[in-house]
Amino acid sequence: MADQEGLAEQAKRNGGESGGEDGALRDRLAAFDGIARAGGSVVRAGQSAAGEFAGGLAARIRRSLTADLDDRDPDYIRESLPLTWLLTTLWFRGEVRNMGNVPEQGPVLLVANHSGGNMTPDTLLFTLAFYTYFGVERAFYQLAHNLVLASPVGQILRRYGTVAASPEHAQRALDAGAALLVYPGGDWEVHLPIWERHKVDFANRQGFVRLALDAGVPIVPVVSIGGQETALFLSHGGRLARALRVDRTLRLKVIPISLALPWGVNVGDLLGHIPLPAKITVEVLAPIDVRAQFGNEPDVGEVYDHVTNLMQETLETLAAERRFPVIG
Amino acid sequence: MRLNESIVISAPPTLVWDYLAEPSNYLHFMSGITRWEVAGEQRTGLGARYRMLIRVGSAEVGGLIEIVEWDERRDMAWSSVLGVDQRGRWRLRELDDGRTRVELRFAYGVAGSGIPGWIAELVSAPQLGGHLRRSLRQLKRQVEHERMRADAAQRRAERNLA
Repeated sequence: MADQEGLAEQAKRNGGESGGEDGALRDRLAAFDGIARAGGSVVRAGQSAAGEFAGGLAARIRRSLTADLDDRDPDYIRESLPLTWLLTTLWFRGEVRNMGNVPEQGPVLLVANHSGGNMTPDTLLFTLAFYTYFGVERAFYQLAHNLVLASPVGQILRRYGTVAASPEHAQRALDAGAALLVYPGGDWEVHLPIWERHKVDFANRQGFVRLALDAGVPIVPVVSIGGQETALFLSHGGRLARALRVDRTLRLKVIPISLALPWGVNVGDLLGHIPLPAKITVEVLAPIDVRAQFGNEPDVGEVYDHVTNLMQETLETLAAERRFPVIG
Repeated sequence: MRLNESIVISAPPTLVWDYLAEPSNYLHFMSGITRWEVAGEQRTGLGARYRMLIRVGSAEVGGLIEIVEWDERRDMAWSSVLGVDQRGRWRLRELDDGRTRVELRFAYGVAGSGIPGWIAELVSAPQLGGHLRRSLRQLKRQVEHERMRADAAQRRAERNLA
């Protein structure tokens, strides 16, 4: 801009609007002015695009934190079932046992162990099994981490009935008479190191028991195996998460470290990975009516221990059936 | 995808029809079927509805079906009301020697599922075809066994009378 003013001053000194050299100078000035205007437009366009992007991202994250149960789209689910079936049948050789243990109707809290890093093939398989067994017409929701819903696949998951994990959203889904799938172990359990793959680890998160009691719904434990063999999970990275303070800023308790395709060493697993074709088996256990079994004022810790012990026993039985990792 | 299998059963169409018309028999002879329940008041006949599931690959697939054609001792057809799109048909034809030719037709798919749907139909066809063939073989075994028992009971009754 200083150069522009300098040139203008020189033009004034040279006689303003007279012809000859003055005219050439005026043309140069006009050209410079045009470039400056064009540059300003580009900058404004860039700022506008950046603003739109930031605004869009902020809106997406905000939206991910709210639960609109109406986002579930039965027609979309129905039309995408063949693709899910192909993936779970050909790649994961999936098997779901005893779906009949899920009550035929009414609200129910499905409590599952979680495995497979951010790719979670157990969720894919169980969701397919639920919708093919009961039909896409039955309301079914799954709770997921905020960041999962804010990711590019969040929009697809939302149409499948996935909502951000929070007690309010869970309560709202159950109040609507839906089946609700929760993973109390969440981001902690999904990244368990490979040597702990046959362990149910909810990190003492007992909220699901209170949720079932408040809503007065049965708990149906769901146990899956195989997901933790889709990559070589080495560490939660819990200390790293605390050191980087993402446990507070992003509700991330872990920054997992694994060996996974196609990255080799995979830190964070934020971009996901290509899962190994491990055989996934899911077993649904009998429903637990908490008040009928533990009395009107049950001890939450006792119920938690009962559920996790049942799931651990089942997981060990499923593990005993497996002869080889990945192959199953 | 449309599948078609047939078999000849050494029994008259009436016996085969009576066996097929009874919904509680389906869990016994239909291969891969994990559920076949009457839905609603009507147990059998035109308009009867059933909730059925068949294991295919990683899932139990099916839904609510309704009998849409009921021509006694000849044709029984069903169509899906909810769940995966499907149409099925039992076609019974009497042969000259008193035996019955039984044909089972089954068409299925998911409308709107595009190329993945088409691939899934192709991939699932061999398994479903196997289920249909085994179902017909089991139907033949069951009906012929029923006929043998009926004949034996008749012979016993005749002996007792004599």
